[in-house]
Amino acid sequence: MPKIIIHTEKATDIQALIALCPFGAIEYNGKELSINAACRMCRLCCKKSGGVCEYVEDENAARIDKSLWQGITVAAEMVGGQVHPVTLELIGKARELAAKTNQKVSCLVVGYQLENCIDAINAAGPDEIILYDQPEFEHFRAEPFCAAWEDYINFARPSVMLVGGTSVGRSLAPRVAARFHAGLTADCTMLDIQPNTDLDQIRPAYGGNIMAHIRTPNHRPQFATVRYKIFSMPEKTAPHAKIIRRSLSADKLVSGIEFLNLRRKQNERGIEDADVIVVAGRGLKKPEDIAMIQELATLLGGELGSTRAMVETGWIDPKRQIGLSGRTVKPKLIITCAVSGAVQFAAGMNGSELIVAINTDPEAPIFNIAHIGIVGDVYEIVPRLIEKIKNGERNLL
Amino acid sequence: MNIIVCIKQVPGTAQVEIDEKTGVLKRDGVPAKMNPFDLFAIESAMRLKEKFGGRVTALTMGPPQAEKVLREAFMMGVDEAFLLSDRKFGGADVLATSYTISQGIRRIGGYDLIICGKQTTDGDTAQVGAELAEFLGIPHLTGVTALLDLVGGSKLKVEAEIPLHVVELQIVLPCLITVEKGIFEPRLPSYRRKLATADRKITCLTMADLEDTNEKHYGLNGSPTQVQRIFPPAAKAEKEIWNGGNAESADRLYALLKDKRFLTELR
Repeated sequence: MPKIIIHTEKATDIQALIALCPFGAIEYNGKELSINAACRMCRLCCKKSGGVCEYVEDENAARIDKSLWQGITVAAEMVGGQVHPVTLELIGKARELAAKTNQKVSCLVVGYQLENCIDAINAAGPDEIILYDQPEFEHFRAEPFCAAWEDYINFARPSVMLVGGTSVGRSLAPRVAARFHAGLTADCTMLDIQPNTDLDQIRPAYGGNIMAHIRTPNHRPQFATVRYKIFSMPEKTAPHAKIIRRSLSADKLVSGIEFLNLRRKQNERGIEDADVIVVAGRGLKKPEDIAMIQELATLLGGELGSTRAMVETGWIDPKRQIGLSGRTVKPKLIITCAVSGAVQFAAGMNGSELIVAINTDPEAPIFNIAHIGIVGDVYEIVPRLIEKIKNGERNLL
Repeated sequence: MNIIVCIKQVPGTAQVEIDEKTGVLKRDGVPAKMNPFDLFAIESAMRLKEKFGGRVTALTMGPPQAEKVLREAFMMGVDEAFLLSDRKFGGADVLATSYTISQGIRRIGGYDLIICGKQTTDGDTAQVGAELAEFLGIPHLTGVTALLDLVGGSKLKVEAEIPLHVVELQIVLPCLITVEKGIFEPRLPSYRRKLATADRKITCLTMADLEDTNEKHYGLNGSPTQVQRIFPPAAKAEKEIWNGGNAESADRLYALLKDKRFLTELR
């Protein structure tokens, strides 16, 4: 296996060399420099030290035969009898990757009463759908699901396993990866593939402040999880998948986990947890106008937010107030409607990923923090936008 | 009930940046601290101990300085602590990390329950718990939001969250659970306990102390994934002002929302 060797004798400035390592993995004992357990093999030291640190490949390492592992498999996730959309997004991405390496795309489905989901999966265009349809798979329990994946992997020997980064995917993928002593890269945001079927996996680390490019050069299958909505929904295609049905024997279905009951979550989601927030500001004329802002929020699967002024007039619940005297929010998208953008408000939302501001006054301070500032009238723009969303195809599949 | 809690020392802040010119990570004076998610794991273990008796053991893997988080665990009431530290563990990915910890746990032995936090703030993968359970051959549950009961002394009844639903499950001991942030309010480290545990020994385990001493299974050697490079994320988009009229702006906004995937069906 590869390693890093430090040539202490070549080092001119020991302290500068130690400072090169972002993880503090270079140690000096007064005589010799060495690498400690904090090393992440980012090899920055090799690039920046002018030859003091050297990356050495191990020539003797046993190499696996990658030709024995073929195809890209997407592990489907079922939610309440339906296919989770992340599954379809991943099939779309898998087809892109498979086209580059001339491989097939398979979709592995473990669950109960799966007949109804076949059409939805087929529309995304996999070449093969493998079903494990047994009553024991009605609810997710780690051991039987793991056994099904194990059976599938031994049967199909896929090169890549793509898994949705959902609560189930993040519980199951590592368990199976450990069983095969395989590599697993969590929460990839970009995927590509080499001609030799090595998967290029890019993921954020340290809260998104750093991106890491990761490969699994000598192990198969290569496991990667990807969160929902990272990749696009694929276009609908003519169904052509071959359906393969497999099952597990009773001894493989035992579990130390007993499912007792399931209840619908109370929808007490606060605005802090929302991915999308649409904010109503003082520029709105009547309390009834809040309905339009709420409707847009609902159509986007988000929550209604408010400025302090709108809470003080009593038009909106104080729990929805954003700003220094309200809540701090950091959604993926925030659309402010007729909000001027006082400092106290901005402080509670300026960490949002995408800020869209709509205001008639081009001098409004909200435009200083907005990524997209729309100088215009909320009463014209919002209804037209709502109309378009309602009429447009919201979902491609 | 004997419980092992797995904890980790992480950088004191997530505000780590890459110098775009040199490609070097800036982390000036970033102090290390206990992974905040682990506080909930320790608190969960302490609550179970207070109710059902037993011992709580904390385990971490890292450089010798990681001893500090074990001291902090003592201050929260943990009875015993182990530090897995060896240069041969360096460069470990999820698989090698989980394997090393599983070897440490085999060495400690005698556990009924292993509790991990939801994830760490540095690696951020939330996957070590499940891999660890696999290596130990015990069942696991992730996303536990409440500990409900100990049934017949042999099964733990818990609540966990899955999309749209809350499930009640029973899991047979020994097992591993990962707990969500907010399962309990973590207690503050006590100064009185700090004094009381100042001399308490922390057991350091190196590879030589483990059952499997094949160095190919640890650290970089035992890691299937390799970091090719690290780089700063793409810079944020420039600011734009749209003032082409209400209708045009509405249409552009619709196109943008569609393009950024805010209009797919939501769950």
